[in-house]
Amino acid sequence: MSIEIRNIRKQFGQFTALDNVSLDIAAGELLALLGPSGCGKTTLLRIIAGLEKPDAGQVLFGGADATHTHVAERQVGFVFQHYALFRHMTVFDNVAFGLSVKPRRERPSPEEIRERVMKLLKMVQLDWLADAYPGQLSGGQRQRIALARSLAVEPKVLLLDEPFGALDAKVRKDLRRWLRDLHNDMHITSVFVTHDQEEALEVSDRVVVMDHGHIEQVGRPDDIYEHPATPFVTQFLGDVNLFHGRVDAGQLTIGSYAQALSQHQDADGDAAVAYVRPHDLDLSLQADGALAQGTVEHIHAVGPVVRVELQQADGHTIEAAVSKERFRALGIVPGDTVYVTPRKLAVFLKDAAGQQDYVI
Amino acid sequence: MATLTTESRPVRYALTAVALLFLFLFLLLPLIGVFWEALHKGWQLYLTALVEPEALSAIKLTLISAAIAVPLNLVFGVAAAWAIARFDFRGKSLLTTLIDLPFAVSPVVAGLMFILLFGANTVAGSWLQDHGLQVIFAVPGIVLATVFVTFPFVARELIPLMQSQGADEEQAAIVLGASGWQTFRKVTLPNIKWGLLYGVILTNARAMGEFGAVSVVSGHIRGETNTIPLHVEILYNEYNFVGAFACASLLALLALITLLVKSLVEWRLHRQQQASTLRTAEARLQAAQP
Amino acid sequence: MSNILNLRHSVLPGFRLSFGITLFWLALIVLLPFAALVYSTIGMGWDGFAAAVSSERVLAAIRLSFATAGLSAIINLVFGFLVAWVLVRYPFPGKRLVDALVDLPFALPTAVAGIALTTLYAPNGWIGQYLVPLGIKVSFTPLGIIVALTFIGLPFVVRTVQPVLEDLEKELEEAATCLGASRWDIFRRVIFPATLPSLITGGTMAFARATGEYGSVIFIAGNIPMVSEIAPLIIVSKLDQFDQQGATAVALVMLGISFVFLLVINLIQWWAARRHGAR
Repeated sequence: MSIEIRNIRKQFGQFTALDNVSLDIAAGELLALLGPSGCGKTTLLRIIAGLEKPDAGQVLFGGADATHTHVAERQVGFVFQHYALFRHMTVFDNVAFGLSVKPRRERPSPEEIRERVMKLLKMVQLDWLADAYPGQLSGGQRQRIALARSLAVEPKVLLLDEPFGALDAKVRKDLRRWLRDLHNDMHITSVFVTHDQEEALEVSDRVVVMDHGHIEQVGRPDDIYEHPATPFVTQFLGDVNLFHGRVDAGQLTIGSYAQALSQHQDADGDAAVAYVRPHDLDLSLQADGALAQGTVEHIHAVGPVVRVELQQADGHTIEAAVSKERFRALGIVPGDTVYVTPRKLAVFLKDAAGQQDYVI
Repeated sequence: MATLTTESRPVRYALTAVALLFLFLFLLLPLIGVFWEALHKGWQLYLTALVEPEALSAIKLTLISAAIAVPLNLVFGVAAAWAIARFDFRGKSLLTTLIDLPFAVSPVVAGLMFILLFGANTVAGSWLQDHGLQVIFAVPGIVLATVFVTFPFVARELIPLMQSQGADEEQAAIVLGASGWQTFRKVTLPNIKWGLLYGVILTNARAMGEFGAVSVVSGHIRGETNTIPLHVEILYNEYNFVGAFACASLLALLALITLLVKSLVEWRLHRQQQASTLRTAEARLQAAQP
Repeated sequence: MSNILNLRHSVLPGFRLSFGITLFWLALIVLLPFAALVYSTIGMGWDGFAAAVSSERVLAAIRLSFATAGLSAIINLVFGFLVAWVLVRYPFPGKRLVDALVDLPFALPTAVAGIALTTLYAPNGWIGQYLVPLGIKVSFTPLGIIVALTFIGLPFVVRTVQPVLEDLEKELEEAATCLGASRWDIFRRVIFPATLPSLITGGTMAFARATGEYGSVIFIAGNIPMVSEIAPLIIVSKLDQFDQQGATAVALVMLGISFVFLLVINLIQWWAARRHGAR
């Protein structure tokens, strides 16, 4: 089932959690809501579920207005960050809960419930734990039971709030892959909230990046990573170096460095910031065509890439990541002066108020 | 969102009304009744009832026995809390259970035990009597019974508090070179002072108000071994209602002060907790900032 | 000493001193009197014991004590839960005052509560006058005993259930709502089972306290033998007649029944806790 979100607004006292947010979610899609804490992503998820009411705006399920539909009738599965399993019930009873509270005439027979619950438990590979209590399970097991519980009522939409937030790194990785596979099998419209960009980029079909109650960018993971739409998205998705300069009619100048841009053709000597990811910076011992120069401060040579920290004359630090081969070819040691050239940069103009001036 | 995890408004109102009515009938009305009965025939009679010699001697004895019982149980309570909340040893849970024992025993049985221990026809009792000390039907018995029934209060208040606070701060103080006494005075005491205050106030309220245990060991000798609660009983049984309720109102006032202090302490502890969570959150925020 | 106690090493000083004070005071104030009780029991012999507790009047008093304590505990379970629920969940003016008032029975001396309740429920009292025309007599009947014991026991239930209700995660109810459960389903199947252990604990404490209660009951009960005479009063009247042996015997029976009761409740709690996993 598709979901449409139209002009949603939500205020908690003085705090604006969501400010006029609109979003279309296609049927069968796996969508990630990504952003720092307090950006409004969880509020948006809870509004889709019907756990919060928006102050203004609409939520449409499969084209029909569901803004005022009670949670219990929305047919959504919701997986809570801390699982919210019923402690006093067995794993089996937890998963069976949604079926057993159905009105008598809709309720499946006990045998049918048993069959469906066991099928779900098999699917999450925990049928051997049917008689255990949540207190006896590990975090990853609880997470999977919470998922099975939400799927038991055959929801049209699956919503997950920081599904891997409370797990340790190893279990997290396994569960990510597992969720991806599960979604491929079931093809149920799914939305999950996360603050971990790696998780969002790896698992989802599309990513929605949010900040301060706004949607900053929506797009496929690779698209967002390669073409971030705003300085915020650029910075949120990974480490980045900043270079301050000017743009005049599509021509970027930073000190003595100059480059023609495909955008900003109408810029008129505006102040601009160029963002370059460490692995998009090349190091060189020659000064020609360099964006900047610096003294080598630290070299971290663990793993397939070598991370080099440079200190500029003005005190700013530049981080570059080069391959082992390139590093050996350069033969640099701390104290050397090296030059950097960008392979790829993202340029954003500073607006008058300087709002987009993010400083690392 | 209000409607989702709560009941409909009529249900809410109805339940609140029933609960408040119950509390009004069972708790508030008796309290009001005490002051009404004491005062409705005028201040004059009320004051006369209080300054009557027998009432005064009951007040005096009550104050004396509380003045002995409270400090003793205070020292004991702090010592017990220090041993139990700060050290791990075998038999700790048994010790905790034994400390709670006086709660589990009927006050009448408590009194009975002291009669069995120090009564006139017991070994200990007759030995003490030969040496000029009468325990039962005398002031020492009243003090002993009072100490017994108020025995667990301070410890009970402090143990969970100190356990939840943990020993980190005290260990830090010792590592920094403070002596045990300095650590207790400068680190432990400031942290537990509010809980300690409430424990003391509660001990005091129970010490002054204890009836059953004291009644059994006192012998009800007017002007000699009567405490305020015992005096209340005598006056009431003599149909001197104004006198009985006048003395009772003193104890009710004490109860109100106890409740007030408790609310105050809870508020302080709550604020302390809030402040510390706020501080941690702020620190974390600052640490997260680049 | 540290060897016997298996004391774990700590940098904090003062264990010997604090443990010593604790043990000394405990022995003097609590253990010694208990030893006296045990000693005089041993000296009594079976015949003396049986003679003291087998009289109709004593048996009736013990029955009455446990029956009224049980009924008042049940009343307190219902209303104590309701009060805790309302205090935790619903906003209303004066909530802090009401919350403080709940502890009144802890702080108010029992004798004061006793005479106040007796006056209220007397046939011409503030409440009694409305009950008499309905044919309900409270003072000097077992009903009066239940009223007094309900007063005494209420905070035990409220104060054990209240924190559990406060700590109940909102997500549990939201999860149940998402799964289609009605408010009543959620209460019955999610909230109530989660608070049940605390209800049992609170109810047990109220019951245990009520069985031994003396001060608040003797005024309102009227103390009519075979009708409204409670077991603690039997102990007192036996002592008044210098029948220490008889008093001890009755006290032992009461302690014994209470002990068995507490043991059973603790076993139930332990079993439930184990079943639901300790984590």
